[in-house]
Amino acid sequence: MKSYPISIKPFGERAVLVEWPSEVKESILADILDFMEAFKALKILGWEMSVAYNSLTMVYNNDHLDFEETQKMIMDCHAEQAKSTSSRVQHLWTIPVCYDLEFGIDIQEVSKTLNLSVEELIQQHTSHQYVVYGIGFLPGFMYLGGLPKSLEIPRRSEPRLQVAKGSVGLAGKQTGIYPQESPGGWNIIGNCPVPLFNPSLKEPCFVKVGDKIQFHKISKAEYELHKIEAEVGIYKPEKVALHA
Amino acid sequence: MLKVLKSGFFATIQDLGRYGYRDIGVPVSGAMDVDSVKKANLLLGNDPNAAVMEITMTGPTLQFDEPTFICLSGAHISATLNNKPIENYQVVQVSKGDILSYGKLENGFRAYLAIKSGFQTEKVLGSRSQFVPVTKTKRLKDGDEVLFTKNISFKPLISEVKIDDHFLKDYLEVYKGPEFELLSDAQLSAIFTKTFTVSKENNRMAYQLSELIEGHAHSMLTSGTLPGTIQLTPAGRLIILMKDGQTTGGYPRILQLSEESICTLAQKKHGDKFTFKLL
Repeated sequence: MKSYPISIKPFGERAVLVEWPSEVKESILADILDFMEAFKALKILGWEMSVAYNSLTMVYNNDHLDFEETQKMIMDCHAEQAKSTSSRVQHLWTIPVCYDLEFGIDIQEVSKTLNLSVEELIQQHTSHQYVVYGIGFLPGFMYLGGLPKSLEIPRRSEPRLQVAKGSVGLAGKQTGIYPQESPGGWNIIGNCPVPLFNPSLKEPCFVKVGDKIQFHKISKAEYELHKIEAEVGIYKPEKVALHA
Repeated sequence: MLKVLKSGFFATIQDLGRYGYRDIGVPVSGAMDVDSVKKANLLLGNDPNAAVMEITMTGPTLQFDEPTFICLSGAHISATLNNKPIENYQVVQVSKGDILSYGKLENGFRAYLAIKSGFQTEKVLGSRSQFVPVTKTKRLKDGDEVLFTKNISFKPLISEVKIDDHFLKDYLEVYKGPEFELLSDAQLSAIFTKTFTVSKENNRMAYQLSELIEGHAHSMLTSGTLPGTIQLTPAGRLIILMKDGQTTGGYPRILQLSEESICTLAQKKHGDKFTFKLL
């Protein structure tokens, strides 16, 4: 596995920011995830880590930290990790989306702008696998990479005050799902009936950073069924293991 | 149980926060002015993480249906128990039927009501701090009933805490943020010589400041943010993330507040002024 140069900066009294080269790249994400795995294996209590694209924010919840000491510990761990092979397992998740006009309120406008028929647009959106480069902004909101160029479309000029929970949108180089109702400027092309954040579960978010997702077109009837299954807690998202 | 007769402007239940879920986008939440909360809990012999009520600007009217002990801290909102004034940082015994109410905001912005053994609301993902969609409700409403444990025998061990009224300070202490080096000389000089004002846009998620500084055209990949992270927008606006702030952001993180200064800022309201001091 490729190992990249890293830089470490202090981030307030209890955190450090570890940065990899500033690019959106699967091999960089893999190096970050391998580092996290190696660092977790050191079993030092109190650390909380979160990934976003090329960076890792490491927060120490126990006490104030000594920057020089922490920097050395991270550098050593990253150097050591490069020598070993990773046993990480990521998953490819199939995420059901209903693209009916009732949910995909902008899909006709988007298809016109992109010069695609609605069917072609759905076909393209569902035929790619998207890498989860981070989860943030809202609980369960995934930063997805890998949108085909043909689906790139600017944000709406005026954001909506309310975008429905589960809305699937397109904006610039991004596609994603609103995990809760929120204001937003993305072009909405469908809706996912399955909650991406469920605080009543031990693992509120089934997708992890480094996983991939692929959208799957469903009918309104399937949408209603999955919604009920999710509400009563019997919906099991489909996944396949991907080895690092 | 504590009955919320009137909920006031914005009151919530908070402890010291929700840790371990940042990686799925859950903010830490918790009391905005941790310092005031810890002191009140200390006086009551509570765990520092015992849940308190955070009361913003105007107070609620509350009725106790069991005897217990309480301690107020943070902002001064002219609190009275059965119409008799009570002071901050004093352990006060309350009886069944007593009514706690608040009057005029004297100083600060967020007051705390700590109770013996803490409020016993539902814990979600390890914390009682109210934050939607983690908890079902985002604030206390008229008619809410908040659970606590009856207590008639508490003998305070500590009678006094050092009160530094950190929230009266007119400066915030900052560290360099990850993108500090992107600042131009003009921006640096503006940040450390200007007086800034809290804008109308201020809440538990973020405080925006009224004064603009020179803008920028730097773009960066979305990266982690923390409570106290100061972001600079391309238009030159400073946004200070607070306890319910998002866990990631795409604006340069130019400065980071010290934890003590997060408490100071938590006690500032629209129109309050301050300067920045680099640590």
